[in-house]
Amino acid sequence: MATDKDLQEFRAEVADWIKHNQPADPGFLLPQTFMEVGSEQVLDFLREWQHKVWSAGYLGMAWPEKYGGRGLSPSYQNIADEEMKLARVPICFNVIGLGWAGPLILDKGTDYEREKYLKGILSAEDIWCQGFSEPNHGSDLGSIQTRAERDGDHYLVNGSKIWTTMGNYAKYMILLARTDSQAERKYNGLSFFLAPMHVDGISTQPIKKLTGEYGFTETFFTDARIPADCIMGEEGQGWRIAMQTLQYERGAEAGAAGGISILSIVMNDLLKMAAEIEREGQPLLKDPLTRDNLVKFLIEEKALHLAEKRIQTPALCADYPNSLSLSGKLRSTEFYRRMRQYALNLQGAQSALYVGDKDAVDGGFWQRAYMNNFSTTIGGGTSQVQANIVGEHVLGLPKD
Amino acid sequence: MTSRTANMAFAFTDEQAMILDSAKSFCADKSDIGTVRSLIASDNGYNQQVWSEMVELGWTGIAIPEQYGGSELGIGSTVALIESMGRHLLSTPYIATTLASQAIMRGGSDQHKTHWLPQVAEGSIGTLALLDNEDWGAITTSCNLSESGDKLILEGSKLLVSDAAVADFFIVSANHNGAQVLVLVAASSLSPDALSRKVLIDETKRACTVNFSGVEVTPNDILPQSETALRDIKLIGALLIAAESTGTCAATLDTVVSYLTSRIQFGRLIGSYQALKHPTVDILIQMDSARSLIYHAATVISVQPLDQDAEIACRMAKAQATEALLFAGDRAIQFHGGMGFTYDCDAQLFLRRALGSQHQYGDAQHHRLHLAGLLLD
Repeated sequence: MATDKDLQEFRAEVADWIKHNQPADPGFLLPQTFMEVGSEQVLDFLREWQHKVWSAGYLGMAWPEKYGGRGLSPSYQNIADEEMKLARVPICFNVIGLGWAGPLILDKGTDYEREKYLKGILSAEDIWCQGFSEPNHGSDLGSIQTRAERDGDHYLVNGSKIWTTMGNYAKYMILLARTDSQAERKYNGLSFFLAPMHVDGISTQPIKKLTGEYGFTETFFTDARIPADCIMGEEGQGWRIAMQTLQYERGAEAGAAGGISILSIVMNDLLKMAAEIEREGQPLLKDPLTRDNLVKFLIEEKALHLAEKRIQTPALCADYPNSLSLSGKLRSTEFYRRMRQYALNLQGAQSALYVGDKDAVDGGFWQRAYMNNFSTTIGGGTSQVQANIVGEHVLGLPKD
Repeated sequence: MTSRTANMAFAFTDEQAMILDSAKSFCADKSDIGTVRSLIASDNGYNQQVWSEMVELGWTGIAIPEQYGGSELGIGSTVALIESMGRHLLSTPYIATTLASQAIMRGGSDQHKTHWLPQVAEGSIGTLALLDNEDWGAITTSCNLSESGDKLILEGSKLLVSDAAVADFFIVSANHNGAQVLVLVAASSLSPDALSRKVLIDETKRACTVNFSGVEVTPNDILPQSETALRDIKLIGALLIAAESTGTCAATLDTVVSYLTSRIQFGRLIGSYQALKHPTVDILIQMDSARSLIYHAATVISVQPLDQDAEIACRMAKAQATEALLFAGDRAIQFHGGMGFTYDCDAQLFLRRALGSQHQYGDAQHHRLHLAGLLLD
């Protein structure tokens, strides 16, 4: 067992390592999330960074040594992550591998699969992507149409996936496809695959985002032959495995390899930006209306954080027990959308400048962050769908 | 997060959970909506029998130290009680009395505490008389204490003094020797025509203008720690009204949900329309934020003078709870359609509560103004 003293020493060690190894400004805007890896230049940079973090021993710390980890308590990984977050180092971008596929393989996979996949996930040699969403179905996974038909020792996959993060760079995909179109409940006909991307019949088409950048692909399957032993579990268990996969990303205790997956933007960042801005020769932070708006955001930010505490006190969640958990995505993503939009508002005329202009505030960071934020208010169920879910499953209002 | 908003302390003990549980069933039992409406016509706005039972349950002594006959369970337990009272629109002099006893605990002499706190625990009613005009933010008062031999004479009136008609004692803010002080005034020393009852928009509450002119007190009636006590009771007042508002907001939400799941229009339950469903979810989210903030504030308030974190927490709680309840009450009227426009519809009780309590101990904008100074400068 690690003592408090061990952990304290470890924290100092990580902080020191970060101090000496934090990469210099690469001269281009780094991604805030793994959904923003839009060029080879960015990819190479992040790959090198993740490899460096892993080589130093600060990634996959709670995974077994024989699979590239260190076999330590999750507390170590949490501390490493906290320090990396604090120092705002770049993200560990192989998020689907580190937080979804890796923990799943570690938890439910065979020794062969662990041997084959895990180290490459940590070292960033093997990039993983996720193939759940489909064109025209958004986040309604029950409606998945991509078929996987058994053909000897292979499955023949046909269909298409959309919003595949790093689909054009990934070596493997966690793929949800329909193996039984006759299943009584539509969720029962799905199966889960650890599918290779570099096989005939799979092609990707990068999607240009509203920011003008890339990060996702549409992925097409045309008689793609996937080895039959790529299936996780049994045919028909896909839905259950997919739901389980979503549980791992909650942290090192839940099985995730660690590494920061998102550079969060908090009110403090907005206040720092606003502190530099003037109106009529006066600091913007002296303007009463601006101050009132900023305080409103600060109250909302504090309430978001406090909700994470209150959720652990059932006595104070008794009237609608699932309220805070089901409304969490809606509350936080909409908060960040409005907060980032307001950041642009504060920039005044400068807000019209964009990434690439030398005079853009913070290199256009806020412009890009605001637009990218829509991936969170749309992806994983739009805010409007989330409001329906909260209305129906928390308040008991009738379905539309 | 900024370093100044970083305090996320949140504690709610099993003991407090038990208090909350018993408060919920007590308030539901004693204050159904029919009872609330029947008390509107009463002089004092509450049922003496119910008040006596609350005293017997020990609620009036819950935040009072054991040495003065209380159970010393802290302001967090009070917040849980008051949230439950708000949920059932159970109006009693509880909030007024709690604040008056906090003023004595935080500012009073040993003699004040020994004399008044055990009485409060046993059911004596106190109230604060702070307001000179419409401005909760005012830092001055026009009430004066002037010397007259070894006595002091009060001069001035106070507005919107809660439950003044039943109060046994008042805590009055007044100027004395160039400083603002809090002074204890026993109800028995008021002149017979000192009270004039106000017509309140929230008919479940009672308040008077109180004319203190000519009332005689002694220097011993001045609270020795008036300055911190005055500052702290305004903040705690904001928190307690926020707690009550949060409870009422929860009741408003329940009422809206109940109507949306029973009323049929155009062949459908109206709750199936997203135009009503989504704003109702907004009410829930605003109520949830208020509840997180009030129990955080309850956690960071101790018996010590309030520190900056506690001040931030109280102000945030009031700003959020006030706006949440006003939004909920306003939408509750609208969503009840023609029914909502009638006196018979309970939504008016909630909206009137929202309008009545939003100014108490400072409205949302007042608290945000002070928060701006605390958080941005």
